[in-house]
Amino acid sequence: MNEIIKSVESPVNPNIPALRSGDMVRVFIRIKEGTHERTQEFKGTLIRIRKSGNDGNFTVRRIASNGIGVERTFLLRSPRLEKVIVDRHSRVRRSRLYFLRDRTGKSARLKQKF
Amino acid sequence: MLKGLIGKKVGMTQIFDDDGLAVPVTLIEAGPCYVTQLRLPEQDGYSAVQLGFGEVKPKRLTGGQLGHLKRSSIPPLRYLREFREKDPEVKEGDKVTVDVFVPGDFVDVIGTSKGKGFAGAVKRYGFRGGPKTHGQSDRLRAPGSRGAGTTPGRVYKGAKGPGHMGNHRVTIQNLKVVLVDAERNLIGVRGAVPGAKGGLLMIKEVRKQ
Repeated sequence: MNEIIKSVESPVNPNIPALRSGDMVRVFIRIKEGTHERTQEFKGTLIRIRKSGNDGNFTVRRIASNGIGVERTFLLRSPRLEKVIVDRHSRVRRSRLYFLRDRTGKSARLKQKF
Repeated sequence: MLKGLIGKKVGMTQIFDDDGLAVPVTLIEAGPCYVTQLRLPEQDGYSAVQLGFGEVKPKRLTGGQLGHLKRSSIPPLRYLREFREKDPEVKEGDKVTVDVFVPGDFVDVIGTSKGKGFAGAVKRYGFRGGPKTHGQSDRLRAPGSRGAGTTPGRVYKGAKGPGHMGNHRVTIQNLKVVLVDAERNLIGVRGAVPGAKGGLLMIKEVRKQ
């Protein structure tokens, strides 16, 4: 990428480890409510990651109550992103895990990688 | 005061504002520009400032161009553009840099759009084309009827139809300046700007606000 464009982009967040598709992650985001700030946690499976400077983002999918899937996309360089914790890696054979959307319960599990 | 610059489009990215929101930004490498000539009402019938941008080797310019710049000992410049300004407050030979703008200002940006070649009416004017089904053939992107019947018996001039698209002058109004870096002659505006990367742009103070 162009050096001038790189120079105006935000620095890499040191609290985000190397992420891969299939990781079980906990994402901590700062949320502004009126005047005070709090941190919210979002826990799920990372199904997609796109690393591209300031536009880089990743999508986390989790199953909310009643078995409804919720996906949330975060910007990797966003100042609102406090930290990301990887709980475990999974053995996956593709980078975009969209097939998880069609699966529920037992078939939606991923094999752990040690 | 003169508020105008000539620059080159660097490219687009997004940056985060104070609230943590991502803002789309076009970066422009603008200036340093030099005032190469002043247009005066007494002499030219209008008042404007001619700015020059883009230093080059002297041998890249013709003798006439060099002579024009030499009058006020300005380095050889590739591009010259005029900015209409009633009260410029500058004189020939002055340097104009990005710090004429500050973040929060609004500007108009003029550039040359990307050329699309000879384009059909669907792409060029957003015509809907013909139906895909019901026995149609070769009608999918057709422009349809272009005019009336025996009267007037011809297609009026200027009717929308296929033809050359792009590669013309485009002005984008009311772009917010979000970033100014005087050290690197860099200016960032919110949103998109006409033309390809490396294309020449004119940045002016807003006309309508």
